[in-house]
Amino acid sequence: MATQVLMPALSPTMEEGTLAKWLVKEGDTVTSGMVMAEIETDKATMEFEAVDEGIMGKILIAEGTSGVKVNTPIAVLVEEGESADDVEAPAEEKAPEGEKAEAKSDAAHMDKPAVTSPAAPVAGKRDVSPDWPEGTKMKTMTVREALREAMAEEMRGNDKVFVMGEEVGEYEGAYKITQGLLDEFGPKRVVDTPITEHGFAGLAVGAAFGGLNPVVEFMTFNFAMQAMDQIVNSAAKTLYMSGGQMGCPIVFRGPNGAAARVGAQHSQDYSAWYAHIPGLKVVIPYSAADAKGLLKQAIRDPNPVIFLENEIMYGRSFEVPDVDDFTIPFGKARIWREGKDVTIVSFGIGMTYALEAADKLAEEGIEAEVIDLRTLRPIDYETVLESVRKTNRCVTVEEGFPVGSIGNHISATIMQQAFDYLDAPVINLTGKDVPMPYAANLEKLALVTTAEVIEAVKSVCYR
Amino acid sequence: MATTKPADIPNVSKDELLGYYRDMLLIRRFEEKAGQLYGMGLIGGFCHLYIGQEAVVVGLEAAAKEGDKRVTSYRDHGHMLACGMDAKGVMAELTGREGGYSKGKGGSMHMFSREKHFYGGHGIVGAQVPIGAGLSFADKYLGNDNVTFSYFGDGAANQGQVYETYNMAQLWDLPVVFVIENNQYAMGMSVKRSTKSPSYWERGVAYGIAGEAVDGMDVLAVKAAGEKAVAHCRAGKGPYILEVNTYRYRGHSMSDPAKYRTRDEVEKMRSEKDAIEHVRELLVQGGHATDDDLKAIDKEIKAVVNESAEFAKESPEPDVSELWTDIYA
Ligand SMILES: Cc1ncc(C[n+]2csc(CCOP(=O)(O)OP(=O)(O)O)c2C)c(N)n1
Ligand SMILES: [Mg+2]
Repeated sequence: MATQVLMPALSPTMEEGTLAKWLVKEGDTVTSGMVMAEIETDKATMEFEAVDEGIMGKILIAEGTSGVKVNTPIAVLVEEGESADDVEAPAEEKAPEGEKAEAKSDAAHMDKPAVTSPAAPVAGKRDVSPDWPEGTKMKTMTVREALREAMAEEMRGNDKVFVMGEEVGEYEGAYKITQGLLDEFGPKRVVDTPITEHGFAGLAVGAAFGGLNPVVEFMTFNFAMQAMDQIVNSAAKTLYMSGGQMGCPIVFRGPNGAAARVGAQHSQDYSAWYAHIPGLKVVIPYSAADAKGLLKQAIRDPNPVIFLENEIMYGRSFEVPDVDDFTIPFGKARIWREGKDVTIVSFGIGMTYALEAADKLAEEGIEAEVIDLRTLRPIDYETVLESVRKTNRCVTVEEGFPVGSIGNHISATIMQQAFDYLDAPVINLTGKDVPMPYAANLEKLALVTTAEVIEAVKSVCYR
Repeated sequence: MATTKPADIPNVSKDELLGYYRDMLLIRRFEEKAGQLYGMGLIGGFCHLYIGQEAVVVGLEAAAKEGDKRVTSYRDHGHMLACGMDAKGVMAELTGREGGYSKGKGGSMHMFSREKHFYGGHGIVGAQVPIGAGLSFADKYLGNDNVTFSYFGDGAANQGQVYETYNMAQLWDLPVVFVIENNQYAMGMSVKRSTKSPSYWERGVAYGIAGEAVDGMDVLAVKAAGEKAVAHCRAGKGPYILEVNTYRYRGHSMSDPAKYRTRDEVEKMRSEKDAIEHVRELLVQGGHATDDDLKAIDKEIKAVVNESAEFAKESPEPDVSELWTDIYA
């Protein structure tokens, strides 16, 4: 039976090429693996080998022809005694119907509301249960103590949990978050690493694949940029790439965002960077109770969790439930203050400015509802939307850079889901669009401030 | 005390010795003053002092010629002073003022001077190593015979990008001297706890890179090794690794309680190996300088340092419009 030889695609992106040269002529015997032709793509000239065997019955495309579309018949192989004329001429190709349809489905995809993305919690359902039962005994502790307790408790409860990072052991942590852990758990479970972020992050990912639950401390998240590839390409994507076989239960934690006067390379908020990545979960606690409950949850989570702390918050004290075991689920925002006039959405240290501003605004008769997102992947959209439907106004507050901020994403969601409820454009407050300066006066200007929150709220309230 | 006698040292003139003494003393006094200003709240954030390591940069600068480049980490004050940058401009950067080398926008860790071929001041451990190779790549490309000194610490020496750089530098015969300032600690992590291999320079052997270890508390030994390394690079033979064994007397940064080593260990180094004392002794024993001569130098240096501190206090904060400048060229 005659066989058509089709124009091959010689690279993943090749759509057409030039049939530069035929190396066989009609009547020649063709064996599989034999080079039949040379084909030029936009990148290179490639040899085209025969797959089928037979006799070259007819060359359909002459050498030197350019713009030959992939899959166009270029020759016909026949068997002994057969004539190429037995083969029907290929029908003129019609423009495929599919193309338009494809474009349409693309548009449809764009219409998809953000809340149906995998980053979202169960859409439309708000978890309004209290974080702990009323009447629970509380104790005062710093964010630092809360984080340490969370790790120690999880390490006691699960011997697969271990801590690894620079200076986490003998030095007890550059910011003393791992204080006492080496004493209690020993060097097998509290591992001091050399300064090799890319290496130890990758090694920890391997350990997670191998059945352990690593908690990796980055001295600060600025240095996690060295390890970005392992976090994004290895930790976040492997479950998906393995068809669900190989999860990566790991926590990457450490201080994120600006400290004080440490300059451009040591002051950056990575919230939006990590929140961009499907496969990661991203947690950014504000209070000590959330730090504890969310870190315990993170260590138990079967996925890679980015846990963003803040150096300036480490020493601040909050009330924490004094109970044996206490976790906070991901994707559940916390309303710190109810109000009817405007919604302020923030997270992490941004909450400091949001709450301060709300206090001052209350004195002027503006009641702000202040929402702490607590996790950025998943995001509790529903709590934000419900609030905005009530207040009709929204201001977001974060420390990161303005372009592609979490605030931008929240605004887009509000626009798509609650457009008709808005009485003013949403304002996104962020750090300024500049690397962090060292000079004290400039540093202050680069950061988001309480005064800016107040001003923005007044602006959306037309006051 | 080091036992080298002036008679043992060929080719070092009195003037050279006096020059090294002056340069090292300037760094030490400058750093002490910086520590003081930090305590007064005039300097903020991270501030890493170079006290104890002075002989490293002074010895290597003695082997450099005009046009040679240098790049280092955040522990950069000594490098800047040694390559001739102005003490006033460095100190004013530490206080975050307009008169600083980066107009107050970089701070202690991030200063640069095109004029003096000083390429920073880098905060990310190890990042300056490929940058140093890149500077030497440019020189080779441009066809001059300049050499780059790429300084990094014992801790940085474990970063992967160092080894990627070694391979490229040797592959392309780049004129770069990799200077490992082995001060025995990376923050609180001693070399013994971070690495099993006994010497850092020998790691270059795997890449075919020549190198050696040198006593970094002896400025003349550093200079001699530096000259050898530089000659190797200028001759087009590719990179060279110098592992300079030194010691930092102060904490890693101002906020380091330094509980990972004993007071005795620090005291022993100070009293037995101090680089400045060593040169002072050579000068006095060799009859090159009297105590009074040296006192006069001390006074002169003190004046330079005090002037820099005054300048750094009086220079105004940068104008607020500076927040928005220098983001794009
Ligand atoms: C990539 C990265 N990881 C961690 C840090 C935090 N850090 C700053 S200095 C330092 C120790 C570096 O030691 P070494 O290279 O020996 O230089 P030295 O401070 O002794 O001069 C560490 C861990 C950092 N700045 N960059
Ligand atoms: Mg060191």
